[in-house]
Amino acid sequence: MIKFILNNKDVATSLPPGMVLLDFVRYHQHLTGTKVGCNEGDCGACTLLVGELKDNELRYRSLTSCLTPLGNVHGKQVVTIEGLNMEGLNPIQQAMYDESATQCGFCTPGFVVSLAGFCLSGKSATPQNAIAAVDGNICRCTGYKSIERAAAKVAQLMQARQDADPVTFVSNNHILPDWLAGIRQRLYLLQTELNGQLHPTDATEWVGGGTDVYVQKHDAMKEASIRFLFGDAGLKGISRQGNRCFIGAAATVTDLYESPVMQQYFPHLADHIKLVSSTPIRNIATVGGNLINASPIGDLTIFLLALDATLIFSNNEQQRVLPLSLLYQGYKKLDRHADEQLVSISFELPGRNSCFNFEKVSKRTNLDIASVNSACYCTIENDHIGDIRISAGGVAPIPTLLEQTNAFLKGQPVNDTTINQAITIAQSEISPISDARGSEAYKRLLLGQLIKAHFLKVVQQAAH
Amino acid sequence: MKNIDAYTHVRGESVYLDDIPLIQGTLFGASFGSPVAHGTIVSLDTSEAAALPGVVRIFTYKDVTGENQIGGIVPDEPLLADHEVHFCGMPVAFVVAESVDAARAAVKKIKATIEPLHIITDPREAQALGELIIPPRTFQLGNTNEAWSQCTHVFEGRADTNGQEHLYIETQGAYAVPQEQNAIKIYSSTQGPTAVQRAVSRVLGLPMHQVEVEVNRLGGGFGGKEDQANTWAALCAMAAHHLKKPVKYSLHRMEDMAMTGKRHPYSADYKIGLNQELKIIAYEVTFYQNAGAAADLSPAVMERTLFHCTNSYFIPNVKATAYSCRTHLPPNTAFRGFGGPQGMFMIESAITKAAEVLGIAASEIQEKNLLKIGDEFPYGQKAQSEAPECWHKATALYDLPALRKEVDIFNAVNKWSKKGLACMPVCFGISFTKTLMNQARSLVHVYTDGSVGITTGAVEMGQGVNTKILQVAAKVFSIHPDKIKIHTTNTFKIANTSPSAASATADLNGKATLLACTAIANRLKKMVAEELNIGEDAISLQDEFVWVNGKKTDRDWKSLVMAGHIKRIGLSEHAHYATPDIHFDATKEKGHPFAYHVYGTALIGVTVDCIRGTYTIDTVKVVHDFGSSMNTAVDLGQIEGGIVQGIGWMTMEEVVYDKEGRLRSNALSTYKVPDIYSVPKEIAIDFLQTPHDNLAIFRSKAVGEPPLMYGIGAYFALRNAVRAFNKNGHFPFDAPMTPEKVLMALYATEQEGTIPAHEETNKHLAVDK
Repeated sequence: MIKFILNNKDVATSLPPGMVLLDFVRYHQHLTGTKVGCNEGDCGACTLLVGELKDNELRYRSLTSCLTPLGNVHGKQVVTIEGLNMEGLNPIQQAMYDESATQCGFCTPGFVVSLAGFCLSGKSATPQNAIAAVDGNICRCTGYKSIERAAAKVAQLMQARQDADPVTFVSNNHILPDWLAGIRQRLYLLQTELNGQLHPTDATEWVGGGTDVYVQKHDAMKEASIRFLFGDAGLKGISRQGNRCFIGAAATVTDLYESPVMQQYFPHLADHIKLVSSTPIRNIATVGGNLINASPIGDLTIFLLALDATLIFSNNEQQRVLPLSLLYQGYKKLDRHADEQLVSISFELPGRNSCFNFEKVSKRTNLDIASVNSACYCTIENDHIGDIRISAGGVAPIPTLLEQTNAFLKGQPVNDTTINQAITIAQSEISPISDARGSEAYKRLLLGQLIKAHFLKVVQQAAH
Repeated sequence: MKNIDAYTHVRGESVYLDDIPLIQGTLFGASFGSPVAHGTIVSLDTSEAAALPGVVRIFTYKDVTGENQIGGIVPDEPLLADHEVHFCGMPVAFVVAESVDAARAAVKKIKATIEPLHIITDPREAQALGELIIPPRTFQLGNTNEAWSQCTHVFEGRADTNGQEHLYIETQGAYAVPQEQNAIKIYSSTQGPTAVQRAVSRVLGLPMHQVEVEVNRLGGGFGGKEDQANTWAALCAMAAHHLKKPVKYSLHRMEDMAMTGKRHPYSADYKIGLNQELKIIAYEVTFYQNAGAAADLSPAVMERTLFHCTNSYFIPNVKATAYSCRTHLPPNTAFRGFGGPQGMFMIESAITKAAEVLGIAASEIQEKNLLKIGDEFPYGQKAQSEAPECWHKATALYDLPALRKEVDIFNAVNKWSKKGLACMPVCFGISFTKTLMNQARSLVHVYTDGSVGITTGAVEMGQGVNTKILQVAAKVFSIHPDKIKIHTTNTFKIANTSPSAASATADLNGKATLLACTAIANRLKKMVAEELNIGEDAISLQDEFVWVNGKKTDRDWKSLVMAGHIKRIGLSEHAHYATPDIHFDATKEKGHPFAYHVYGTALIGVTVDCIRGTYTIDTVKVVHDFGSSMNTAVDLGQIEGGIVQGIGWMTMEEVVYDKEGRLRSNALSTYKVPDIYSVPKEIAIDFLQTPHDNLAIFRSKAVGEPPLMYGIGAYFALRNAVRAFNKNGHFPFDAPMTPEKVLMALYATEQEGTIPAHEETNKHLAVDK
């Protein structure tokens, strides 16, 4: 039995835990304000908010309900557009109304929910942050300018919050319904009641955030016996231990982005993560999932390959340590035993004189899958390259460390000749194919350009 | 006034097709589409699918009780494939089951053995093989053959545009509910309720009065639901008719993308001649339209390409020929602009080619050739032109010379980043080019409590047409908008409607509403005049009261209406409007097909990252001819949205078919439309209020399609930025300018045909070779 709070109502259902939240909300609860747009997390028409207690704090995140199994909201609160409605229009809706930020209206509830997510997020009240909250919402009518204007107004609404708790602030100031103030206590009771439920022993499928598996085999998942990893506290957390960073396999991309350790050691982290999917997807996509789905082009895989990350697998009896660079054996083929689960990922934090850069080019800069992506970690001393690891995605059946290129670069001076030679070597160790994300020739040229881009950035960083 | 639907939109309370509460016993459909693009059906095995739990019945062409035909202009499109398949995704069978999941599961178990036939994806190949939808058409003005000798400069070349997926966020769908005496009611997400009614009537063999089609609103249409909503409605209606149960089918996104047609890709050859003063003396162009496997609306789209082949320019000698080429892609269809954008892209390419070779800015040629009042279009109509006004206001208001200087300085200083600037004038004709379609009806009821209900043929899809119609009634009756309700579009209330298309919906249905409201108001005024024994001219309605000789009386709207009812005066009116003065003779290819034209000029600025090939659209500055806008909030939204959709078409949106005719860009993960970060940083719109009388409703010119074509400027701005980095590199006129094409162009050499990307994936025909 899955139990959660849906808006202001307690629900319990014996429907399959693998059923997606979108279908439950629309076709079983008949809350039709949440729309079906693409069924793959790429349009945001089905965006919902999920509230959960973390360290006794109520935290709201937006997510795409088309990719979220019911099992992943067990013990939490789900908020739909209907839950945001008050007498008349709430101020978020009023801003959208006043700015004519709705035309056909089909995407509109998703935008309103995402903006409510911004209000509940505790993020500083800037128009940029409000706009970032709708980076996963596609509108085909307005051209977004009116939505930008509405988002700026919503940011203004939140300016008086200062340090106040966002949930308390929005309910006290009639930005969102006042019953939200009572959710924290109800969730606490619900979680206590549920303690430890929902762990089938015969699971055939393991699901983290669901953002890939629910795209790949949506239909098969509904009736599958699933072990839900997303809420497993043992797989969460991002911490520093000595000079290494440890990331729980079920940590989300948002967790990574918000981690103080990551922010400290990767000063351009915000720019890099902005290139990875969208806010609602980052809120549910897990770091481990990005590695294990074995996409040749996973953004975090490429990021972590350049950092020479190490994986810890467990089969409940023993652990196995494996360098990430050895995980991929062929297209979607992993060095992983059937009973093994990825527990955590660790890597050595960049030291002095080191530089890190991540590059990604896709047809659309944001909310898209790369044509080619690449990361570069290196140390520079006296204008010479010390350690270097350049990784690349989209240029081979597996995410790749450019071993020969890296070997060549070690010890070389940083200049145009070196870079051009490196690009030539890189061409010999990649095997891109023509597909919807670009032709082979383009991917070859692009990888070379991204290597150039790395060095432009590296030189800039080294200068600081 | 805000869009009247905005309140329920922001609350998630607006009802779309998939939100209609289901009647008990409703069944769900799913189609089995052909897995191959062209072939003969040898066998179709549905036995395994039919045996699955929940499956009620699987329909094939044999179950069609009427005619297995949904082709509108040309009868060349079966509802369900019989012996041959003509495109990947062509419906072959229709599964009806007790749940959506069961229907989709069954589709996966259907097995078709299809003997493959030759697949054509390239319109030039189709043309060479004589595979044409209709005979070619040619528009001519002057004599190009004689004109070339007067030209100082003559340039020839080729230009290509890709297709465009509509990507309405609400997918296609229909819900058919059987009624008594074999009648059927269909809820459809369609821009053309009458087209659905006709298709269903034909397929079921029922007279049209048995087929009720109702449309509440659409979650976007953009032309994609003008003709192509018919299939799903006809499939559901057929199943419901047989089973006597309600049948619903709301398409999955991947079904929608794979099975429906898109904006037509075009390929064209052009030849342009200019004199010493840069006047364009002659222009010849041959268009190859990739129509897909069936006619659909392609002949009409092709016609509009010809109408717009000279964009905003007067050219004394023109010869434009167009071929509608039959290929094995899903039938391409209407899309905002309806062939006009493709015609405009080609002339802009020709002008840009000339400018590039001559080493001048394209704007020098553009400006010298703008249409003036009285200039003749190649199809004979004389221009009531606002083109020079728009151009001169735009270049002065936004200071084109200063913008140009800014770009030059930036490009001189920056090595890895280049800016580009382009001007894009637009001239777009308003009216359906098929003259008979320029008619509409409105049914207005005034109730005895003073409230007003209006039904028209207009379909609301976000463009704000219902808001404008409501404004018409509010103005005529001079009552508060709250007293007026616009009802759903329904073929039993308004018959024989034209689809909501051609930007003309507000004009046609608004004018019909104006006539209906005026008739009722006049009857009421006449009643008052007779009571007071004065002339009708002395009576007016103002601010919900009757005024006599310019003075307010104490008789308010509600009591006026009640008095009218007591006096047995008709408080309802069904009015008919037909656009006057328009005509076209297709045997001569001459006439006066458009009620009026909409003009405007955009300046577009971009920045290209010359390392990565990525770019930003920095600014779009527009002067747009509104006539006299009756709703600036709605019109501004249409312009901003149209511009971004046009830029999407010209930049990131890339429809990719492989050589087997299979759609590779078949989901939102592989087909990218603009998101909030990719839109222009700035869109500035200046409302040019023009004084001339026109046939628009309250002189408020149509605004749906024209702004899309400002987006074409983004292509040329990107091209200019690339050329600032790579002066001598050769790269073709081939939209969209994706980051791939930009990067390949940045590093292209002087040799023609050395860009493998174009050969390999895009090829202008949107075909992945």
